[in-house]
Amino acid sequence: MTNELPIRVLVAKPGLDGHDRGAKVIARALRDAGMDVIYTGIGQTPHMIVEAALQEDVDVVGLSILSGAHMTLLPKVASSLKDAGLGHCVIVAGGIIPAEDSHILKTEHGIDAIYGPGTNTDEIVAFIRQTVAHRRGSV
Amino acid sequence: MTHESEQLAQLIRAGDRRALAHALTHIERGGAFARALRRALGVVPGGVLIGITGAPGAGKSSLVTAIAQTLRARNIMVGIIAVDPSSPLTGGSLLGDRIRMYDLAGDAGVFIRSMANRGQYGGLAATTADAALLMRAAGFPVVLLETVGAGQSDVAVAEVADTVLLVEAPGMGDEVQSIKAGLLEVADMIVVSKSDRADAPATLQQLRALVRMHHEDESQWQIPVLPVSVRNNQGIDACVDAMLAHGSWLAAHPQTARRKYQQQLALQRAVGRLVVERMQTQPVWQHAVTALQSHASLDEWAERIVQEFVQSQR
Repeated sequence: MTNELPIRVLVAKPGLDGHDRGAKVIARALRDAGMDVIYTGIGQTPHMIVEAALQEDVDVVGLSILSGAHMTLLPKVASSLKDAGLGHCVIVAGGIIPAEDSHILKTEHGIDAIYGPGTNTDEIVAFIRQTVAHRRGSV
Repeated sequence: MTHESEQLAQLIRAGDRRALAHALTHIERGGAFARALRRALGVVPGGVLIGITGAPGAGKSSLVTAIAQTLRARNIMVGIIAVDPSSPLTGGSLLGDRIRMYDLAGDAGVFIRSMANRGQYGGLAATTADAALLMRAAGFPVVLLETVGAGQSDVAVAEVADTVLLVEAPGMGDEVQSIKAGLLEVADMIVVSKSDRADAPATLQQLRALVRMHHEDESQWQIPVLPVSVRNNQGIDACVDAMLAHGSWLAAHPQTARRKYQQQLALQRAVGRLVVERMQTQPVWQHAVTALQSHASLDEWAERIVQEFVQSQR
C-alpha cells in the first residue's frame, strides 16, 4: 500500500527573539490543514534549521522572526538550504518585515512568501498547498 | 526501480544524511519502492532498537536527550525516532519532540526523525522498525524510539523494540498500578524519572517490589529499576550501562519468546500489506468499495474479493 503523505513543514524561529506566539498559531493552523508540522522552538541558528530540514525531509521551511534581524538571518537560511541540496524546499517567512525588505528578500534571496501580522491563515495554507504541489510535480 | 533503490541503499551505507532522510520518507510512504529498498539494504548486522515509553510528561524526551548525549560521550552514533500523535480529524500533526532535543542539534553523530503515528499503531510499528533499520544501515548502531504518551496501545512498542525502557514519574500513586501492570509485562528496564523529587524513593521501592513479584525466574533477564534525574544529571550513566547490558544479554540469548513473536508479527503484516496491495488492483475492489453499504456485508465482500483474486491467478 502506498500512503499519500501529508505535506511536511518545519516551523522554526531563527535568532534570539522569544516571541513564539505567531509561530505556534501557524503551526497549529497548518496541523489543522492536515499537514505534518515539525516545531523546533526558539533560538535556532541557520545551521540548526537546515540540519533539521534535512533530517526531517520537509517540503516547506517556515520561519518566524520578529527581532529585526531578518535581512541577515533569512538570506543565510535560504542560501544554506541551497548549499545543503535542499533548494526544493518552499521557504515561507512571517513576522515584522517592512515592505521594502520583503521585496528584496523575495526577489533576491529566494524567500517564496512573506506574511505579516493579521494574515488569514487560510491564505498561507492555500499558498503552501499550491506551491508544494507544483514543486512535487516538477521533480 | 531496482537500480534506483540500490543506488539509494548505497548512499545510505556511505552515511549520506540526505539519502537517509529521503529513504525514511519512502519507508513511510510504503509500497513497491519501500520493498525494493528493504531488499537492497539486505541484512544489517548489529545494532539495537531501544523503545522508550511512558505516560505523557513522564520525561521521555528529556531522558532520550540525556541518553543520546551520554552515548555520544562514549563515541556511539545515535539515531532517534520521535513519534507524536496524528490528528484523528484532519490527519495533520504537530511534532514537537525536537524542542527538548535542542542540545543535540549540530552533532553529526545524531540523526533525529519525527514521525506522526497516523492513528494506527500497527502501521506505525511496521514503519518504525524499517526506519530503525535504515538508521542502523547508515551507521547509527543505537536507535532510540520515543513513543507517544503511554496508554494501553503503547504496549505496541514491544512489537518492534529490542529493549523496552519504561519511564515512570514519581508520585503517580495507586491509581496507575493497573497501567503499570500492563506495561510492566513488556518493560526490560524501568527508569524512575525526576528522582530529585522527594517522593521518588517511594516510587522506586514500589516498582522494585512489583518487578520482583512478576519475575522470579533467575535464568531470565533481571529488570533493573533505576532512578534518574536529568535535571541534576544523575543516574544517566547507570541507565545507559543497563541499556547496553540488556543488548549484550539479548545477543547471548537470541531466541527469546518476544523475538519470535516480533518476527511472526512482522511476517503477518508484510503478508497483509502485500495481499491488500494486490487486491486493490482488482476491479472487484473498487466495485466493493462503492457497493458496500453496511457493515453486515463486509465479510461477504471480503470473501468475494479473495475468491475473485485467487481465480484471476489461475
